[in-house]
Amino acid sequence: MSPLNLRSGHSDSGREYWRILEDPGAAQPPSSAPAGSPDALTRRGFLGIMGASLAFAGGGGCSRPPSEPIVPYVRAPESVVPGKPLYFATAIALDGFSTGVLVESHEGRPTKIEGNPSHPAGRGSTDLFSQASILTLYDPDRARETTERGEVRQYEDFIRALRAAVDAERASGGAGVRILSDTVTSPTLAAQRRAILRSLPAARWHQWEPLMPTANATAGARLAFGRDAHTVHRLDRADVILALDAELLAGTPRSLADVRAFAERRRVAAQTEPRMNRLYAVEPALSLTGAKADHRWPLRARDVLPFAATLARRLGVETAALPAQVPGGIAASALDALARDLAAHRGASLVIAGDGQPPAVHALAHAMNAVLSNVGRTVVYTEPVALPPDPGDTLEALAEDMRAGRVRVLIVVAWNPVYAAAADLTFGQTLERIPFSAYLGLFHDETAEKCRWHVPAAHTLETWSDARAWDGTTSIVQPLIAPLYNGRSAHEIVALLDQGAAAPTSGYDIVRGYWTSTRRERDFERFWRRALHDGIVPDSAARPIDVALRPGWARAAASDAPTPPRGLEINFKPSAVVHDGRYANNGWLQELPQPLTSITWDNAAQLSPRTAGELGIRSEDVVALDYGGRRVLAPAWITPGHADGSVTVALGYGRTRAGRVGNGVGFDAYPLRTSRAPWFDDGLTVEKVGTTHPLAVAARHHDMQGRDLVVAGTLEAYHRDPNFVRARTSHTPRDRAGQPLSLYPDHPDAEYRWGMSIDLGACTACQACVVACYAENNIPVVGKAQVQAGRIMHWLRVDTYYAGSPDRPEVFHQPVPCMHCEKAPCEVVCPVNATVHSREGLNEMVYNRCVGTRYCSNNCPYKVRVFNFLQYADWETESLKLQRNPDVTVRSRGVMEKCTYCVQRINAARIEAEKQGRRIRDGEVVPACAAACPAQAIVFGDLNDPASAVHRLKQSPLDYALLGELGTRPRTTYLAALRNPNPDEAKA
Amino acid sequence: MMWGLLASFDDAAALARAALHLREAGYRRFDTYTPYPLDEPADVPGTPRSHIASVVFAAAIAGAIGGYAMQWYLMVVAYPINVGGRPLHSWPAFIPITFELMVLTASVAGVVTLLARNGFPRLHHPLFAVPGFERASQDGFLLAVEATDPMFSPLPTRRTLEQSGAREIYEVDGA
Amino acid sequence: MGTALSHATVPPAAPVVASGTTERDVVERVSAVVLARRAPLWWYAAAAMAAPLVGLLGVATLWLFVAGIGIWGVMRPVMWGFAIANFVWWIGIGHAGTLISAILLLLHQSWRESINRLAETMTLFAVMCAGIFPILHLGRPWFFYWLVPYPAQMAIWPQFRSPLVWDFFAVSTYFTVSLLFWYVGMIPDLAILRDRAGTRGARIAYGILALGWRGSGEHWRRHHRMYVLLAGLATPLVVSVHSVVSLDFAYAMVPGWHSTILPPYFVAGAIYSGFAVVLTLAVPLRRLYGLTDIITSRHLENCAKLLLATGEIVAYCYVMEHFMAWYSANPFDAALVENRAFGPYAPLFWIYLVCNVLVVQALWVPRVRRSPVWLFIIGALINIGMWIERVDIVIVSLHRDFVPSAWGNFVPTIWDWATLAGTIGFFALAYLLFIRYLPLVAMSDMAKLIADLRGKPAAARHG
Repeated sequence: MSPLNLRSGHSDSGREYWRILEDPGAAQPPSSAPAGSPDALTRRGFLGIMGASLAFAGGGGCSRPPSEPIVPYVRAPESVVPGKPLYFATAIALDGFSTGVLVESHEGRPTKIEGNPSHPAGRGSTDLFSQASILTLYDPDRARETTERGEVRQYEDFIRALRAAVDAERASGGAGVRILSDTVTSPTLAAQRRAILRSLPAARWHQWEPLMPTANATAGARLAFGRDAHTVHRLDRADVILALDAELLAGTPRSLADVRAFAERRRVAAQTEPRMNRLYAVEPALSLTGAKADHRWPLRARDVLPFAATLARRLGVETAALPAQVPGGIAASALDALARDLAAHRGASLVIAGDGQPPAVHALAHAMNAVLSNVGRTVVYTEPVALPPDPGDTLEALAEDMRAGRVRVLIVVAWNPVYAAAADLTFGQTLERIPFSAYLGLFHDETAEKCRWHVPAAHTLETWSDARAWDGTTSIVQPLIAPLYNGRSAHEIVALLDQGAAAPTSGYDIVRGYWTSTRRERDFERFWRRALHDGIVPDSAARPIDVALRPGWARAAASDAPTPPRGLEINFKPSAVVHDGRYANNGWLQELPQPLTSITWDNAAQLSPRTAGELGIRSEDVVALDYGGRRVLAPAWITPGHADGSVTVALGYGRTRAGRVGNGVGFDAYPLRTSRAPWFDDGLTVEKVGTTHPLAVAARHHDMQGRDLVVAGTLEAYHRDPNFVRARTSHTPRDRAGQPLSLYPDHPDAEYRWGMSIDLGACTACQACVVACYAENNIPVVGKAQVQAGRIMHWLRVDTYYAGSPDRPEVFHQPVPCMHCEKAPCEVVCPVNATVHSREGLNEMVYNRCVGTRYCSNNCPYKVRVFNFLQYADWETESLKLQRNPDVTVRSRGVMEKCTYCVQRINAARIEAEKQGRRIRDGEVVPACAAACPAQAIVFGDLNDPASAVHRLKQSPLDYALLGELGTRPRTTYLAALRNPNPDEAKA
Repeated sequence: MMWGLLASFDDAAALARAALHLREAGYRRFDTYTPYPLDEPADVPGTPRSHIASVVFAAAIAGAIGGYAMQWYLMVVAYPINVGGRPLHSWPAFIPITFELMVLTASVAGVVTLLARNGFPRLHHPLFAVPGFERASQDGFLLAVEATDPMFSPLPTRRTLEQSGAREIYEVDGA
Repeated sequence: MGTALSHATVPPAAPVVASGTTERDVVERVSAVVLARRAPLWWYAAAAMAAPLVGLLGVATLWLFVAGIGIWGVMRPVMWGFAIANFVWWIGIGHAGTLISAILLLLHQSWRESINRLAETMTLFAVMCAGIFPILHLGRPWFFYWLVPYPAQMAIWPQFRSPLVWDFFAVSTYFTVSLLFWYVGMIPDLAILRDRAGTRGARIAYGILALGWRGSGEHWRRHHRMYVLLAGLATPLVVSVHSVVSLDFAYAMVPGWHSTILPPYFVAGAIYSGFAVVLTLAVPLRRLYGLTDIITSRHLENCAKLLLATGEIVAYCYVMEHFMAWYSANPFDAALVENRAFGPYAPLFWIYLVCNVLVVQALWVPRVRRSPVWLFIIGALINIGMWIERVDIVIVSLHRDFVPSAWGNFVPTIWDWATLAGTIGFFALAYLLFIRYLPLVAMSDMAKLIADLRGKPAAARHG
């Protein structure tokens, strides 16, 4: 095992960057200063200089500011101070729906992504995908050249070829022209689409995503209401929530808003008379939602419909032909209790159907919400936010046309259909037969390989565009950096179809042009600057609409009624870390321990302990999944709480052309996924192949061993005895002040005493904090082999513990950063003073002084210290150097490292405060993990300030120290995890 | 010029008797040379008892004090920093090194004194020139009277040695 | 221990020196080994086996410096692996040497004379082997000197509360004192070699080493006094050194480490393993060099008795360790004990129980005590057992401590094994060179012993 192949997999000559430097365009002062932006010149001038100076800085030469004026977020000073980051508001999309973010930019080089507080989706928090997208921006594997059949071409060649191909079609009104795009929420792109279809009436524009979050919901709405309606849930108003195989808390464009709202209703520590919402969940595979639920029943996906129908009937919904028998595993009494609970909270309850469930279930959910009079309260219907998918505009229709040879010009601006399209469409083969096919993609991936032309796409952070959030709020996407590899945006490609070279071709002109057309010219500049500055277009949220159940909907819905089961059930889920596969080449996400399983660098076929027992399968056995005449080999993983007779596979793995990081990681489940059953189906057979596939599992033990690691209880218990936590942790000897006893005198306190409080009741284990920590602290990726060797480098891990029966386990999450113990065991054993205590209570790690005895880690009861056993940090790849946070040391081989409470942020705040001659304000220092957390479960601050949020939380009776009996006096403490089970149900 | 006279004896007992005899005769600057130390009564030549013990003791004290002082100074004065919330002057933690340094300095000082007092290293000595002196390290029992002894004069001394039972007597030339 | 070995309690057994052996015999036979023109065939054979292992150590070390500590099996949570276990094992082996030469000297155990040189030399090389590991196991070994309190321009100092710094002082002191003790004791013998050397080169070499020793009465007086003083200093040192080593563990809060019993436990174990090694060395050497009437079966038997005695102490420590785990009602300690006996590493536990507790009981039988072959086998088994015990203490305690989600299993790599084998090769080669060029029996001490015995009645000759 040479140190080389242990690196993150990148080793990369900086040649391209130098080529970019020679490119005359590079250091040129940008052209086209827009009218009426007085300060634009100065900043542009400065950024130009910065670009040049970075050029001299060697590898940095490839990062150069965008040539158009982009508007920094207000937190940043107008004039750039070197060493002082600027923040710019923009938006990052998932499945087509955007989240507002602020991007931290150092001397014109984006390094970190934070949530945009003024954006309704994240309200300041982010999910792990937007956190990780910064790494994709600098991915050295990104495509750099326009190619035709693999031959390098000039972009101008492509333009000529495209225009020629399209012009040939104009006679027929573009009958042979097809455009395939992602879900279109971008108003500009929608306008461009209209324009194209006006000039080429016979052409078609298809929308497609591997996971269409709106497809079933829209169809369900059409069933129930007979019209298009977009569903927006208001969890903040819901007291009782039922999730029908619905993942609310992670991995969807809705999650950020939902988690925030959900957590607000779970946070009892802050409340005076504590109340909590109650979450019920039925689902095949244990999801983060199910893990958080107060009541959860494992249910095969196919059984969700009868369950929902039964429940609906109890709630008085007219369900006509829909099958309605209580599926096995759920006591009728439990169902009654659930029905009573929902009914008891009319207007404050909420039934949510999962994206993967058939339209009938969505219709049932709509119906139940209607009869529970939740509509307009906990569930709001608006006009569609995305371009509503017309049945004729699906991928299936396109594939049909392609097979029939009706497609002569195909422009793909959607992500990678060859890899992710339904297997029965054989998209790849037919694509090769298209005379002129072009693909706009970040990577030279599976689709790029099959298309004739491939144009490197610009990353979101390199692009001018616009997009809408789930609730319709629109954001202008502004680039943080000029395209590193001359990438283009979808707007620019689509614009080429417009005849007449007069039409604008730069993304900036296109987007700005569209918005100009929507505004009166007078106040446009103010509007534009404000929209860019705030990151949102004011009052752009989708308008609510009134809907009513259409009579006889249930009969129509009955068509979705499941046929009698055959064999095992197969479930398709997006990967929790690489989503549909588009993040496969992202080392941070691949190495991220997947929630609940802690598996890294792999996906697995998950099944229940009982089913595994019946099939004689053990975890890590390789099994053959046979379904629909296709066979896929996968490692098995036994998951507590999984529904029996069902197997769940994560999509997004087994990429062949993802890049050096993502190629060959995991197995590809798409070959089993058909357009008929994109989410689940019966008829799966599973058999052992006889071999095993060892997985890299970051944590293999999920049993608390009877130790009080996660202290948990029910809301009832809390009402009965608010101090039950203290009772549970009574074995900690305490003095009268309630402090744990210690032989050692206290050291004098400084002005600040930093501390952290983590609310286990709110944490959903979404792992966004972990990725944020990677991004902020330059944490290296070590690769599968090293993770298997027990050397994963994360400073912050999220532990998962199971309690109760493996069939219906109770799940607990516990984020574990450094505890910053006041009596730190790690410090006393260091022979060289490499880890010592700051006066403000930080447990500091002095990398330069560390000789690597690793004694500190041995003596750390929380095992939060990680060690550079080899040269993990990548010192070769130029582009990755650009991503690094300049305020954090890049560690070398042989030194220990660990959570620092983001000391660089503390000091930044300190400098600001001292310049203004004041104390650091509460909430001014926010560590990366706390900033990212959608549930706001992590609170950091000064314990000397009695008014600080963290101080107040630590006064809560729910506050406890992990392993407090050891007398380490952690500064990081936890709020016990509370659940709110239905007392009625408990009796049942 | 002559360094002195070297006499060989049959065994340890004879050598011891001779040594006693010479001492009574008033000789002071003479010494025995044997393959192993003679029993106490034998080596009467009462040079003042060696100071090694006292040197070792002094060095031990110095080492201990020095060792503790060093730790106290470095941890409390030179580099006072909060380590694991322990007091700066964590005396129990300073004991082991104090002890080790005590032993180290004592041993080294002792050995150095040993060598110094024996005049080591001294690779040349007039006695080495005497044929058969090498047996002193194996099975010879020898006694040498130095010319610098006030009582010394070649013939009388030789006679005294003969009387005290010397088997052979060699003249040792000074360097 | 002294009384256990005092003349009275010893049943009539082989004498400490075969009757009829004279001072001259000892000197001639022992120095012959060194001054022989060429070494015996087996010596070259043994050297040929040891040398490649030393080469392996070189390769393993080089690769370690090139690639990093990650070539070993160490991981989180088991941040210490073989290196530290080997360190403890080797340093323990060293202890019997000092014990035999120093403590037995103070206790006037005259039988020590013939084996103390063997033992002291063993100490020296064992400590060298031990010393390699704490340096190699550092993440950045080239900075090991940061543990030394020297006025660095960074103005940072070592952290004297850390047992690792204590270790550094203890081990270096131990090595220095052992070296002095060994050398001072050897000066008269070097003089003998100087005087008997056939070739001029040898004469010069040994002459320089002998520092001009003339065996004068004054030399002997000072020499004897200093030797006894060194013995007096070395005796507490031996105890302190392994106590400090044990504190590396006892000082930490890891279950299975954090226990006050560790210092005596480690010291006993050290002496135990040390005597085992003395036997595995002495038995073959006396046979190969025909020194059976100098290193008599009486010496072997006395070693065997000490082995038995220390073995019982070690057994007692095992019992107490587990008793306390139960008695303290500390759930973490209880979990550790259970995991040690039935967890993934359970075989280690049972093997070392057999080797260290069961096997040694055979020494209650006099016939076994007096049979060199048996002693050799038992000694070898105990060496293995003690090594496994050290590994168990380090790894099993670490791999499952407080937070289950941070648990993990350590798997040694080829390089872990290579480094261990390499140090064994180094020890063997160094020892072979020693017996080739330096006297493996303290000749002058033996001569004195024989002379003394000659003056005594036959019964006392067994003293």
